[in-house]
Amino acid sequence: MAATLPATPLDPPTSMQRVTPQGRPPQRRVVAPWADGLFSVLAHGAAWLTLALLAGIIASLVIGAAPAIQKFGLGFLWSRDWDPVQEKFGGLVMIYGTLMTSFIALLIAVPVSFGIALFLTELSPGWLKRPLGIAIELLAAVPSIVYGMWGLLVFGPILATYVQQPLQAVFGSTPYLGALLTGPPVGIGILSAGIILAIMVIPFIAAVMRDVFEVTPALLKESAYGLGATTWEVVATVVLPYTKTGVVGGIMLGLGRALGETMAVTFVIGNFNQLNSLSLFEAANSITSALANEFAEAGEGLHQASLIYLGLVLFFITFAVLSLSKLLLARLKRGEGSRS
Amino acid sequence: MNTGAISAGRMAMHRKRKRVNMIALTLSLAAMSFGLVWLIWILFETVRLGFGGLAWSVFTEMTPPPQADVGGLANAIFGSLVMVSLATVLGTPIGILAGIYLAEYGQKGWLGSATRFINDILLSAPSIVIGLFIYAVVVARLKSFSAFAGVLALALIVIPVVIRTTENMLSLIPNALREAAYALGTPKWKVIYSVTLKAARAGVVTGVLLALARIAGETAPLLFTALSNQFWTSDLREPMASLPVTIFKFAMSPYENWQKLAWAGVFLITLGVLSLNILARILFRQKH
Repeated sequence: MAATLPATPLDPPTSMQRVTPQGRPPQRRVVAPWADGLFSVLAHGAAWLTLALLAGIIASLVIGAAPAIQKFGLGFLWSRDWDPVQEKFGGLVMIYGTLMTSFIALLIAVPVSFGIALFLTELSPGWLKRPLGIAIELLAAVPSIVYGMWGLLVFGPILATYVQQPLQAVFGSTPYLGALLTGPPVGIGILSAGIILAIMVIPFIAAVMRDVFEVTPALLKESAYGLGATTWEVVATVVLPYTKTGVVGGIMLGLGRALGETMAVTFVIGNFNQLNSLSLFEAANSITSALANEFAEAGEGLHQASLIYLGLVLFFITFAVLSLSKLLLARLKRGEGSRS
Repeated sequence: MNTGAISAGRMAMHRKRKRVNMIALTLSLAAMSFGLVWLIWILFETVRLGFGGLAWSVFTEMTPPPQADVGGLANAIFGSLVMVSLATVLGTPIGILAGIYLAEYGQKGWLGSATRFINDILLSAPSIVIGLFIYAVVVARLKSFSAFAGVLALALIVIPVVIRTTENMLSLIPNALREAAYALGTPKWKVIYSVTLKAARAGVVTGVLLALARIAGETAPLLFTALSNQFWTSDLREPMASLPVTIFKFAMSPYENWQKLAWAGVFLITLGVLSLNILARILFRQKH
């Protein structure tokens, strides 16, 4: 009596049947015949919702920014006015702040993350790998507001006293370099924001680098070791070339994070709309901090539209950076099958 | 004499390679300690300053005006709990369903790969942009900031995290399990519901916990959706205080009592987020 399967496909053609079956085959019992369709519709719907979400975000930003786009056009991107009273807006100051802080962050974070990934994959004794990996991942889990507050109240003053003031004293009058170091050394500004961002993105980049380093086939590494290569030579001439797309993908992922980070930057960047000097010590503004500080108070109209325009620019930049990172990481994954 | 020169040259080169290796490995060790120093430093300061500000009144009293003697974070803690749990309840089913779609229905095909790609973008999209989106769609329409808008914004952050982990966990389930269930004549929804999803339960719960941890500390999407509120409210149509936004407001102020409360809040949030993360790890490890 186990025949709950539909009998038809297994039955031989009628002409070949020698015995006519007695009685009826047991009925196939179907519980809730609509459930399968409903479940499939729900799952498809949820997937569509994700797509709609992205479309909705882009559409709502474009609609919200429309007044500012019409008024200022693309000139918005390189105008440095930001005057809510006269209703003249340009995003250069914020865009510069966002790009510059992220650049500083990467400058610090990339070598450090590389070192961490190298340590975790090649150097660390086996029993230390897991706890250290978890510690680095926990660094990624700390909410950004904690970094911000710590940066403003603990790290900023220390940076001012022990780094900024000595730097100014030594290099203050050097041409070019000195220009980067003018301004009040109070631990608030582009440099502090860049350092805090670096601390925040190190775990992201390090985690990706570690994962892609582990993709390198052990055979390749062992061959190099067998030829007498040192650990460093193995990493520089075998692991890195093998994983370079993945490494760049990880860096891009970190860059995407840094560009879109709000709270940590808002705390330490100083929120001051100026671009008179290129000094790293000067207070500045970024897209995210301008949004965080001004949006709730901005009246409807051009001010709000300009802020949304900034949000749109930010979304475009991060979208491009993240897509690039996805593509590069996917390419490494494809190569993994064919080469190893 | 000639061979001596060659071997001397070789030894020099050998020494140089050793030296380069030594330097690189030392730098790597330094980078590792550099990364750990920040974690320890931040945790240390959070505990030192946050524990100092912690008192029973933090949990029982409302957020105070500047320079008052008494006051706590009761309304902010309550607001955070309400919004975070509602957002999780709202976002989790959608995330799990979309994750099921990716793992069980759309491994191939354009919708599957498009959703996977978009989801990865949403996963690291700037959270402040999510806030802008909800502002435009909900707050600007209803002409008021509301806790409900905050819940929606947080739910939108939950969804991609849950999708990602659900898909990953479901694709770890061996196909033999599915085939065995199909061979018994089980309909697809039942295979997913009571075989694959059940087998991947621990992983999916881990994903939800990680999403919880993520939104518990999110500030940016709440700034112009739920805004903040100085008083106790449980009405979702009104602005509602939350721990991160209150910390932001208090930490940027020059008032000493506000800053002290902000540190207490930071301590609570860090404690909550890190324990959720560790819990998620333990849960995941037990199962796998």
